[in-house]
Amino acid sequence: MSADQTPQDPDLLRRLLRAKDRVDAASHEEWPVARLARVSGVSAAHFARSFKQAFGVPPHRYLLTRRVERAVALLRDTELSITDIAFQSGWSSLGTFGRTFRDITGESPGTMRERARAEANALGRVPACYLSAAQRPDLTIAVSEKRRQEAGGRNEADDATETEVA
Amino acid sequence: MSQGVDVVGLYVRDQDEAREFYVEKLGFRVHTDVRNGDYRWLTVQHPEQPSFQLGLFRPGPPTHDAATAQTLQAMVAKGAMPPLVLVVDDCRAAHDRMRARGVEFTQEPVARFGSVDASFRDPSGNGWKMIEARRA
Repeated sequence: MSADQTPQDPDLLRRLLRAKDRVDAASHEEWPVARLARVSGVSAAHFARSFKQAFGVPPHRYLLTRRVERAVALLRDTELSITDIAFQSGWSSLGTFGRTFRDITGESPGTMRERARAEANALGRVPACYLSAAQRPDLTIAVSEKRRQEAGGRNEADDATETEVA
Repeated sequence: MSQGVDVVGLYVRDQDEAREFYVEKLGFRVHTDVRNGDYRWLTVQHPEQPSFQLGLFRPGPPTHDAATAQTLQAMVAKGAMPPLVLVVDDCRAAHDRMRARGVEFTQEPVARFGSVDASFRDPSGNGWKMIEARRA
């Protein structure tokens, strides 16, 4: 049994939740681990490991899911251009946005926009935030690994930025 | 009305802290606060909703063994408990008032879908969505 099975202190979990809340509130901002660790009042190394144990995904991958969720909401609910949406949801280049979006959702932003609008009418009675959470992409593997799998690769290594968990 | 939901409970990490939060910061009233040994039945009420009580319960003995209590405390602290929705007349005014009292907001008021909503957490980690009532 690994150290990950040790129950986490509820006071630590409450502080990790505060960092997760901050990402939720401003996923378009940059969230290096050091910044998140400060919110939780723990060291950067401790933060990354503890966050993954608490919430099941590394902090960087959680941030990506929230950015895609926000991009989907903007595609569905606004008339903003896809370029504007890329920048407003936290990407610094349109190319990276389109590629990451497609890797995670399986669709291009433009296709997603058309489909989301067609489906929107049926869901008017669910509070918007929960609706949005229900449509959050389920990013259970690293984006780089997803790309490799779709390319037919056999490399099982995780994203180099997400190997902090021993 | 004589039939319906009377009490729904939340798990909290500390009942004194929760009572202070819901009464002093949110403006609820204490409905019942009684103890029997280690067990404490604590419920509060919204002042405009006399037919409903919100229970503030701490996981632990005698209703839970130590491991179960630990699991429940962890779920609450991770924000994994079910959604809660508070309806208010004026979301921005309520936000300003509550924030001045030290409520931890996780989302500032946003106008969308014909209303205004904000989000906050209680000290234990229970998440509330605060939604402005739509004008009839």
